[in-house]
This record gives sequence, C-alpha cells and structure tokens, in this order.
Amino acid sequence: MTEPEVIVIGSGPAGLGAATALAQAGRRVLVLERETQAGGIPRHCGHYPFGMREFQRLLRGPDYAARLTDAARAAGVTIRTRTTVTSLQPGGVVEITDDAGPSALTAKVVLMATGVRETSRAARLIGGEKPGGVLSTGALQGMVYLNRQRPFRQPVILGSELVAFSALLTCRHAGIRPLAMIEPASRITTRTSARWLAAAMRVPILLHSDIAAIHGRTRVDGVTLATPAGQRDLPADGVIVSGGFRPDAALLVGSHLQIDAASGGPVIDRWGRLSDPAYFACGNLLRGVETAGWCWSEGRRVAQAILAALQDHLPEPGGVRLSLAHPALRLAVPQVVGAGASGSPYDRLQVRLSRPAKGQLRLMQDGRILAATRIDSRPERRLSLLLPHKLGHGPLTLTIDEKT
Amino acid sequence: MNLADHPDKGTSFDVAVIGAGVVGAALARAFTLAGARVVVLEKAVDVLDGASKGNSAILHTGFDAPEASVELACIREGYALYHDIRDRLGLPLVRAGAMVLAWTEEEEAGLPALIAQATANGVLDVQPLTGPEAQTLEPALSRAVRAGFQVPGEHLIDPWSAAHGYLLQALANGAVLKRQTEVLAGRRSGDRWHLATTTGDVSANLVINAAGLWGDEVDRRVTGESWFTIRPRKGQFVVYDKTAAALAGHILLPVPTKITKGIVVCRTAFGNLLVGPTAEEQDDREHAPVERPTLQALMRRGEEILPALAGHEVTAVYAGLRPATEEKEYRIRTDLAPGYICVGGIRSTGLSAALGIAEHVVRLAERSHTPIADPVWPRMTNISVDGARDWQCPGHGGIVCHCELVTRREIEAALTGPLATGSLAGLKRRTRVTMGRCQGFYCTAELARMTEGRLAQPMAEPPHD
Repeated sequence: MTEPEVIVIGSGPAGLGAATALAQAGRRVLVLERETQAGGIPRHCGHYPFGMREFQRLLRGPDYAARLTDAARAAGVTIRTRTTVTSLQPGGVVEITDDAGPSALTAKVVLMATGVRETSRAARLIGGEKPGGVLSTGALQGMVYLNRQRPFRQPVILGSELVAFSALLTCRHAGIRPLAMIEPASRITTRTSARWLAAAMRVPILLHSDIAAIHGRTRVDGVTLATPAGQRDLPADGVIVSGGFRPDAALLVGSHLQIDAASGGPVIDRWGRLSDPAYFACGNLLRGVETAGWCWSEGRRVAQAILAALQDHLPEPGGVRLSLAHPALRLAVPQVVGAGASGSPYDRLQVRLSRPAKGQLRLMQDGRILAATRIDSRPERRLSLLLPHKLGHGPLTLTIDEKT
Repeated sequence: MNLADHPDKGTSFDVAVIGAGVVGAALARAFTLAGARVVVLEKAVDVLDGASKGNSAILHTGFDAPEASVELACIREGYALYHDIRDRLGLPLVRAGAMVLAWTEEEEAGLPALIAQATANGVLDVQPLTGPEAQTLEPALSRAVRAGFQVPGEHLIDPWSAAHGYLLQALANGAVLKRQTEVLAGRRSGDRWHLATTTGDVSANLVINAAGLWGDEVDRRVTGESWFTIRPRKGQFVVYDKTAAALAGHILLPVPTKITKGIVVCRTAFGNLLVGPTAEEQDDREHAPVERPTLQALMRRGEEILPALAGHEVTAVYAGLRPATEEKEYRIRTDLAPGYICVGGIRSTGLSAALGIAEHVVRLAERSHTPIADPVWPRMTNISVDGARDWQCPGHGGIVCHCELVTRREIEAALTGPLATGSLAGLKRRTRVTMGRCQGFYCTAELARMTEGRLAQPMAEPPHD
C-alpha cells in the first residue's frame, strides 16, 4: 500500500469500527495488530451476545470478530497482523517491529485503540505461592476458545463483574466446574440478572470474601478464603482472577503523550485528540471496559472527527482541563473540554465511580452549574453527562452533590 | 522431561556437583574449565529452582561483608570475575552505583564505621554524602534522608542469566546436567564416591554439596551427618511498573543490621523498580508464600523512601528463600569426608560471590587436571535493558509477550538446546515471558499453544472434546 493517511493501532471493535468508516470515506487506512489474527478480545469470547448494534443479529465473539475484520477488508482497510508497535513519536511516526525487524511508519493521523486488560493477581497483592493455573479471564478464554485446551477442572473465580460471568460461561463450555465465585464486596458488581447463571451451574457466590492465599508449588493445589465466618480452604486446582479492567496504555508510557492518572489512559479532548493532535484514541483504552458494540460505534464517531482533521476542519486544540472534585469520582473522559460543535464524538462526559454514590453529578465552572444529572450508581456502571457547547475560561470541575 | 539431559552421557565422572543453583552452576563451570569431567545433579525439573530463583539481582562489591571472611574474599573475586567474563558470555551489567542511606540518628551514627569497613574491605571509592547531596543525586528521595555514602561499584544484573551462562559454558565444554535427579545416598569406596540417585547411580572422585536450602540434608545423605542446620529466611519483594524506574538511578540501600542487609529500593535489569526483601525466619524449605500485609508494608517503606512511588502500579510480587544457617559465614568445609566438599550456607550474596566461591573451591580441591586450552564461550541472548534485544533483529518470528517484547524465536530457543527448560517457571526466567505488566493476560494462550507437549507440568490439558 502507498503511505497510509491513517494508522490504527489495535484491531478490536473500536479500531476496526473506525478503520472501516475511514476507508468507506475513501481514506487509506492501515491497521496494526500485534496478535496473529485481527478482531481483538471478542476473538476469544466464544459466547453470545455480540453484533446486535453492528450487524443486527446475535453472534458469538469469534464470528463477530471475523465479520468486523471482513467488513474492514471489504471497505479497503489494510490489516497487518503480527506487527508490534514499539514506540510513538511526535507527529504521527510509529515505530514497529515484525519478523523483518524494526522499522518506522508515518501517517497524518494515528488512532490508538489498544483496549484493556484485567488487573493481575500480582497487582491485587493476593497472597500465597505462585503456581501455574492462576489466570485472567482473557488468558482462560484464549486457552479454551483459541487452543481448545483446559487449564484446570475446578477453579475458583475471583470477582463478579460481567466478565466473571463470561468466565463462568467459558468454564461451562470447556467442562470446567468452578467451586465458587468470590467477591470481596457486599453485593455482586454486575447487574443481578447474571446471578441466574451461577445458580444454574450450581456455583455459589461468596460475598464479603477474598482469596487469602493460593497454594501449590507448580500447580494450584488449593486456596484459602477469608470469609465472614473465618478462613476456609477449598480444593481448587486453579484461580480465575477476573475483571478490574484497566487501559492497556503501555505505548503511552514513555511517549510524549499525556496520560490521565485517573483513567490510566490518554488525555483526550472532545474530538478524541491527544496532547499531540496527530494522535487520536477511542474505545476501552480510554476508560476501562465497555461493550464491543459501544466501542465499535465510538470508533465510527471518532472516524468522523479524524476525517474532519484530515480536511483541517477541526477546531484548534485547546480547552480547559477537567478536574475531579469528589472522592467517589474515579475518572471522566474527555479530560480536556473546549468549546463544542455538533458532531464531536465525545460530546458526553463518560464518568465512572470509585464507590457507590447518590445525588447530583455536576459540571461546574466559575461557580455556575454547566450541566447536571441525578445519579444513584455504583462502580463499573456507565454514567454520562452531556457537555454544553458554550464554556467559560475558568477551572472546570466535576463533582457530586450528595445532599440533593 | 528434559530431553536435553541425555541419560547416555555416562555415570562416571571426576566431579559431581549436587545442586544447580547459581553456586552449583559456577562450580560446574570452574571445574569443567579446569579440566575435570563434571556432572551436575539437580532434583528439580529445571535449574535455579531453589534459593537462586528469588534474589535481588545486585552485583555487590562486598563493602559491607564481614571483614576477613571467606564471604568477603569470594564476593571480591566473584565481582572481578563477573566483570572479566560477562562480555564473552553475553551477561548484562547495568551500572547503577549504590547509596547507603541513614534515616535515623542512630543509623547516621553508624555511617563512619560502615565507611571504614568498606575501606578495610578493599572498596576504596566510597564517598560520604550529606542529606542534601543525596537528594541532589536522587531528586525523588524523601526529604527525611539524613546522610549516607555512595558505593559506585554496586551494579544491577539479571537474576538468572549469570547462572544460566555459567552452566551453559560448563555444558558446552563437556559437563553433564542431570535434572529430576535427587541424590538419595552416598558411599565411598576406594577413591570414588557412589551416589544413589532417583535416576540411577553416579560415581565421582569428588562430590561437592551445593544443595542450597537442602545443604544439611545432602550432607547427611552422603556423609551420614551434617555440621550445620539450614534455617530458611524468606524474603518478599514487590516489583513496580517500569514507569517507576525513573525514580531511582542508584541502588538505595539502608544501613544494614546484624541480621539483614535490609530493604533495598532499586531498578531491575529489566527496567522495573524493586522493593525488598523482608527477612523472615521459617522452617519450610519448599514453600515461600507472599502475604498481602507484608507486601503492603514493603510498599509503604518504598513510599517513605521515594514518596512519588505512591500510585505506581505493581507489576509482580515474589518471595525467595535464603539458605541461612546458625552462623553468618559461609559453611565451606573439605574435612567432613575424603573427596567431599560442602559449600553450604551461601545465604544472600551467592549471586555476587558464585564465581569467587567456585575458584576458592577449585583451589581447596587441589586436583591436578589440565585446564581446557581453548574453551567454548556460548553467548546468552540479552533480555535486559543493557543492550539490544532479539526483537530488534530480523527473523524473530513476531512478538509473543507484548509487555516484555519476548519473541517467538526467544521462546523456541529456551525450549531447545542443552539447557532447554521443561518448566513454565524456567521459561519465564530465561525469556521473561508473562512477567510484564499484564502478567500473561495477552500471551498466556499463545504460550500454552507453543509449549504444548514440551513441559513437565503442562499449562493445560490437551485439546478437549
């Protein structure tokens, strides 16, 4: 291909959604994917439901990933797999390595869509030994759906986000019978309708509980749980450490681009632009996990902003950096808010909480409430607030008034 | 199984080294290069499975070692030899330099004696520092620092590549490695030892006990008695994300106590930041669990030393066991039985001292072989930040572990050759696969596919249904 106008890093739903839209608009797009196949995380989610928003039908993850990939190729997108980006340089220069060794690529715009990963066992400081058989849901699903392997037979699952129930489905598919789901909080994180699945599989959900220690020198040969009734041993042969999604922002680290300490992802403006306007970002890299369909349509909207940027139609970078002024606020995207215009992809603040909160979510500037909405929400739930088009110049803060 | 360990390489040797930790590896190398036919007997699936698997990866100068001790002599000689041979073996050296820091009045009062000890130990380039001077050198350092001194010669190395390199050179020059081979008993007959092992009998003129955490037990099994008792000392570590490595250029050491060198904060040769170890006595020699409250305490200590460490993500946690004994000094003895040398109690300086210990033991053995005239020097693939990596060279087959940039070619190489590993832990030590910030979220499945049928403990059962 001749030099691409846009390089997209990552071929999950967000990256492919954007790439396809850009190619359909006549732009030369190159997608870089470090895995052996394009499609991102849905590739190894071998269960429903994917594809309603994109294809108006119910698909399993791998079929959905294949359809996204086919659609991108049909639109004229070039996808390079087994190609790892090693560094990002100012002005849209991307250093890569593949089997041929290191090289560099340049484009007018680079879109980051590198997605998320789960929080590891180590980062959670789970005690005990370090045997094999302690896996994230992502690793489990790769083994089960891509390799058709079975890493254990009776693990415990830590966590109760939606992905924990996805792990449960994966277990069922592979003939794995989890002994328990373990959740440190007082209730399960995802909406309770997922509880039927655990009940149907006769997997108890232990609330107020945690894994105190993992035992085993080479393979897991048991876990000790800390429960309200005291310590308790389970003869588990594996541990699934699920959820705690965080941006896979490794490329931003050490680059010239600004990172938001709150989200762990890049600082973007309402167009999805990073601190270097040659770079854009979209998808789960920004804020932790959303559904594939959400990421796909976010990609398509950012594509429109990129098309405008390629025609020099975007407003100059600038705006006020938003600060979070309430302890229950974990993150808000975009972090830089300038004057708006219709069609900006991030015309709504996407907000996440660090603890349950109830009250009025308020965007404040110069002592005035610019936007507000009532919330009664919990961590990992989706929250949003429509951004006003007109803004002043003073500090911009997001807060929660819990009294109202 | 370790297919590389051919059983047909014979059962009769000049020297049998029991234990393939860093000390055993250095001994195997030294005796092989000195002309002896060497066998290394290791009970685990892979080498470096005991005390050597968890260390702090610092090449020490010996500035704080006990004066006039064997330990000091071995560290000094080992330190110099590492510098001599590392280029030829492809071993890394990240020049960091250390700062010993006093945080209390009492510690500050102890500094002059430590500086005097360093000088007496032959480490002549130590430089006293005031608190502000320390902070100028390390701007991220807490203002609570009172004073300290610099030890420019303390450096960072790879915790495992040195031992792998020593062993690989021994094997390349004729030594034999037998893994999954546990020594059960010994019998001396004439001028030879006959060792009964789990994989058959082995005989040798000289037996060297380098069994680390099992040193006393191997003494008993071979000679019938032991002259010391291993008292395992656990050390827990926290490894921070690579973003934190910029916070400390130097190795930040505390003022040591009689019992321990204390909690160190330093970069690693792989570009992370490490805080540890603890020093916890325990009876268990096999199991070294980490404990959340201890890890949290280590993190608090790290944040006291480098306040900006707060908020940095933890990449890994681990615990190692040091083979401590009743005494501080190494327990090296030649007079327990004829043709038997015990190299025991190499508690926490083994990585720095290994090459020196090996030369010391070669001299003690007083054997007259003809040194190999022109030995083979195999080169290790660099996986540290000190030099080019495999992904920068064409033909690497693509990257499998994205966080640590581990290539398909590197993983294949670790699964083949004379030191091929048969364990996932061994694969991690050789390549760093899954050891980065995602801890295997992305690459575990690919790795499970690549290693199918090639590990003693497979990562998964073969394809189902």
